[in-house]
Amino acid sequence: MTTATARPAINRLFRFQWEPAQQAHVLLYPEGMVKLNQSAGEILKRCDGERSVAEIVADLEAAFNASNLSADVEAFLKMADEQNWIEWSPTAPTRPSVAAPQGGAGLPWDCPAEDLQ
Amino acid sequence: MTTTTSLLVPRRPGPLWLLAEVTYRCPLHCAFCYNPVDFAQAGPELATEDWLKVIREAREMGAAQFGISGGEPLLRNDIEILVGEARKLGFYTNLITSGVGLTEARLAALKEAGLDHIQLSFQDATREANDLITNTRTFELKRKVATMTKAAGYPTVINCVLHRTNIDHLDRIIEMAVEIGAEYLELANTQYHGWAFLNREALMPTAAQLAEAEAVTERWKAKLGKKMRILFVTPDYQSKKPKKCMNGWGEVFLSVTPDGLALPCHTARMLPGLEFPDVREHALDWIWHESPLFNRFRGTAWLPETCQSCEDKEKDHGGCRCQAFMLTGNVDATDPVCPKSPDHGLIDAALAKAEQAATVKPLVFRDPKNSRALDRAF
Repeated sequence: MTTATARPAINRLFRFQWEPAQQAHVLLYPEGMVKLNQSAGEILKRCDGERSVAEIVADLEAAFNASNLSADVEAFLKMADEQNWIEWSPTAPTRPSVAAPQGGAGLPWDCPAEDLQ
Repeated sequence: MTTTTSLLVPRRPGPLWLLAEVTYRCPLHCAFCYNPVDFAQAGPELATEDWLKVIREAREMGAAQFGISGGEPLLRNDIEILVGEARKLGFYTNLITSGVGLTEARLAALKEAGLDHIQLSFQDATREANDLITNTRTFELKRKVATMTKAAGYPTVINCVLHRTNIDHLDRIIEMAVEIGAEYLELANTQYHGWAFLNREALMPTAAQLAEAEAVTERWKAKLGKKMRILFVTPDYQSKKPKKCMNGWGEVFLSVTPDGLALPCHTARMLPGLEFPDVREHALDWIWHESPLFNRFRGTAWLPETCQSCEDKEKDHGGCRCQAFMLTGNVDATDPVCPKSPDHGLIDAALAKAEQAATVKPLVFRDPKNSRALDRAF
């Protein structure tokens, strides 16, 4: 399945890091910063161009003792792709077509990011 | 220590942005520059050690974006050191440059120091127009620099200031940015501060020019999509809405002048009756939280009556302080850009004048000789 085997990585136009002052992960880009909530931070932390979407989901489910996170993760990655935050590893067969969010369970999605500038 | 109050009141966050204007020296002489007109009378430039202190203090307070600007920052030979320290501390580092002085060797050194981003200014799409407004011969050089930074793996971020004499070339300007392979293009209409205020009449486009420029931009945006992001910054005078300048006075932004004054915006040193704290004499923490300057226009409590009764006061904080002062002579006035301002007629008069092409004055170029001769802040 294309979606599950695709490998996302942080777009080279952004830098992803932990900001102690914000107590949050952020994406830094030319003259701007996006403050990420915990869920978004945990997902992007795993977008290293090595792990597939399926592996990221499995990893999150194990780390947070949760299940059925794939719809949420895919919905976030779709949004992140639209925002240009991520790119797909060249070895991925095609860009994934990600399904719309299905309600899902586990992670708080109401506020994925707060654009500060 | 006997004070305990700070333990009870949660502190406001520190700045997110530190802008180091490391020099007023510049090889270009752009007539739209926002630097103070009397820049030639500023004190001596900060030493490398002073800048390193500022960088460390700002990062400790939580600032995440570090910009180096000027003048032309490449005229200093220590910006590799400043970038290196900022990057090491976790800043995202931005160099804002005309490109003049950026050699292969310097680019390699900056890359090695960890520079994240270069914003390159372009003035126009033809040699004649570029060289006219900057009063230099720098057109070919800019294209060369853009190619060089791209080859070094930097996203190409171009800033072009729009005004009466280049806005009609916008289609060609955007086309040029596409040819260069730019990822971002900022089209910043001239804001009338410093030299730009002095040259306002010669720089202000007509309403028709501006409308056409917006239409051109929209066409390109639709065509390019994500390939190149275009940001069109509407001029305050023509927008009919005052803006929350710098996202609020003392909210997110701290700038330091070449001679060491901390400012809440790029141009605040023109304002009268204020004491500008020197970063060599005070800790940045005190400057941000305690200094009279950074508290002077913080929040909305200080706003004049026109603004106090307005439902948009939290959105715009009364607009730009420098603009209000330059136009009315009163730093506490509502920004005249606002249609509710009692001084809004000043904006209408300036806009009406822009429609009368025959009266346009010649440009006064930003150079030390003119700066000394004019001897004024704006």
